[in-house]
Amino acid sequence: MLTDPAALDVQGLSHAFGARTVLKDVSFQVRPGEFCALLGLNGAGKTTLFALITRLYDRRVGSISVFGHDVRSDAIAALADLGVVFQQPTLDLDLTVEQNLLYHAALHGFSPAAARPRIEEELTRARLIDRRADRVRMLSGGQKRRVELARALVHRPRLLLLDEPTAGLDIESRRFLLNHVRELCRTTGLGVLWATHLIEEAADAQIVVLHQGRVLSTGNETSVTRDAAATDLDDAFSRLTRKQAA
Amino acid sequence: MSASVMMRPSRGLQYTNCLLGIMRREGLRWVHQRGRFISALVRPLVWLAIFAAGFHFVLGLSITPPYRTYIPYEVYIAPGLCGMIQLFNGMQSSLSMVYDREMGSMRTLMVSPFPRWFLLSAKLLAGVAVSVVQVYIFLAIAWFWHIRPPILGYVAVLPALVLSGLMLGALGLVLSSFIKQLENFAGVMNFVIFPMFFTSSALYPLWRVGEASPVVYWLSQVNPFTHAVELIRFALYERFNLLSCAIVLAYLAVFMGAAVIGYDPGRGLIARRAGGE
Repeated sequence: MLTDPAALDVQGLSHAFGARTVLKDVSFQVRPGEFCALLGLNGAGKTTLFALITRLYDRRVGSISVFGHDVRSDAIAALADLGVVFQQPTLDLDLTVEQNLLYHAALHGFSPAAARPRIEEELTRARLIDRRADRVRMLSGGQKRRVELARALVHRPRLLLLDEPTAGLDIESRRFLLNHVRELCRTTGLGVLWATHLIEEAADAQIVVLHQGRVLSTGNETSVTRDAAATDLDDAFSRLTRKQAA
Repeated sequence: MSASVMMRPSRGLQYTNCLLGIMRREGLRWVHQRGRFISALVRPLVWLAIFAAGFHFVLGLSITPPYRTYIPYEVYIAPGLCGMIQLFNGMQSSLSMVYDREMGSMRTLMVSPFPRWFLLSAKLLAGVAVSVVQVYIFLAIAWFWHIRPPILGYVAVLPALVLSGLMLGALGLVLSSFIKQLENFAGVMNFVIFPMFFTSSALYPLWRVGEASPVVYWLSQVNPFTHAVELIRFALYERFNLLSCAIVLAYLAVFMGAAVIGYDPGRGLIARRAGGE
């Protein structure tokens, strides 16, 4: 099993904007079927890390590969396996839900005829099938987020990246999204990297603690808590980030 | 729930689907933005109705190619107004790219598993298709103004419109990669669109400009918009202007190369822009 390539493999990654170092020697892996929480405060470097994985930025030291495909030298194969929910909403508000998803499917090379059954499947799973003909502008914040998730899954990616997907959502929408994605990990073998600053979203997950551009700890909840000599994950996160600040 | 099977098409078909998807979206956006559509149409018609009427008796035009006879001023400026539609459309596409980037939807395009040059070209082609439709609507209305080029001219002008639209759209792409914020777009209007339009052969023949100011004459000669207009003018009257075609092609290559660099994640301005969180 370990000989299979990781869904995501980040090794020795550093990145700077001018003199400002944003990521420093970041290394971690996400295995297929694994839910990995990238835990960090605002400004930790999570969004920059996502921009590097999705090749929006390219100036870097280190390597990133998706299922063994290097995102720099083999970008097309790497991006084909990738689904992304960005922190910033990226839906076209004037188009309908279905038109947005068809556009995304086309960006992955699928015709409308081929994409429609998949779109139906994902919208049903996201409980939005009855809103498919509505303009996105008419949806609530939580519904828009679910459309973004459905869109990211239309082309059947094997790795899903979500950058603070629950930001600004109410408790119910947040719970739905989290359960939905965790269910996909279990049932479809989808590898997930979920960036968050909310400790509760990292419960029962593989965890990467990122702070000021550095990885402070990796492992499951138990090992991260034990390594930080803490009582629970919340305490571990506080201890780790305080130590780093000192 | 049974999982539907979605077979990945052949690579060639994937490119076609991607191109068609981008064009479909651009078309839908155009339809939804009625203000954009109407202003694109009204602008040249206003020029035709007011400006051309005002200068009708002021500017005398001698017989110059591609025209074989004396022509009224409104006939002279019609190809320039076709170019104007494409110039504004190119800049409008540029504006929508900046808007897309600020709104985040540019990211969905950029993480698509196709080469950047292809994605940018597809975006460009989609914009050109919209501008060509606008030009034909304008020409149809202009027919009632007695601007009636030969029937075959309407066919011959199509490749000229595609080429000039690509060149002006590529210029828009370059600008969009350099413009940091939506607010800076007013600068583009003042420093790109208006100088390009007024130092071109769109409103007056270059020989008349040369008599008034040699400097403006030479600026007009190197202005890519002049050659886009001349290419359209000649094609509309069933003539081929080789020099203008070569110059438009050369500018297209330069602008496209600069746009690909501008949107390259490793080299372009996008990479240099600080990524705040």
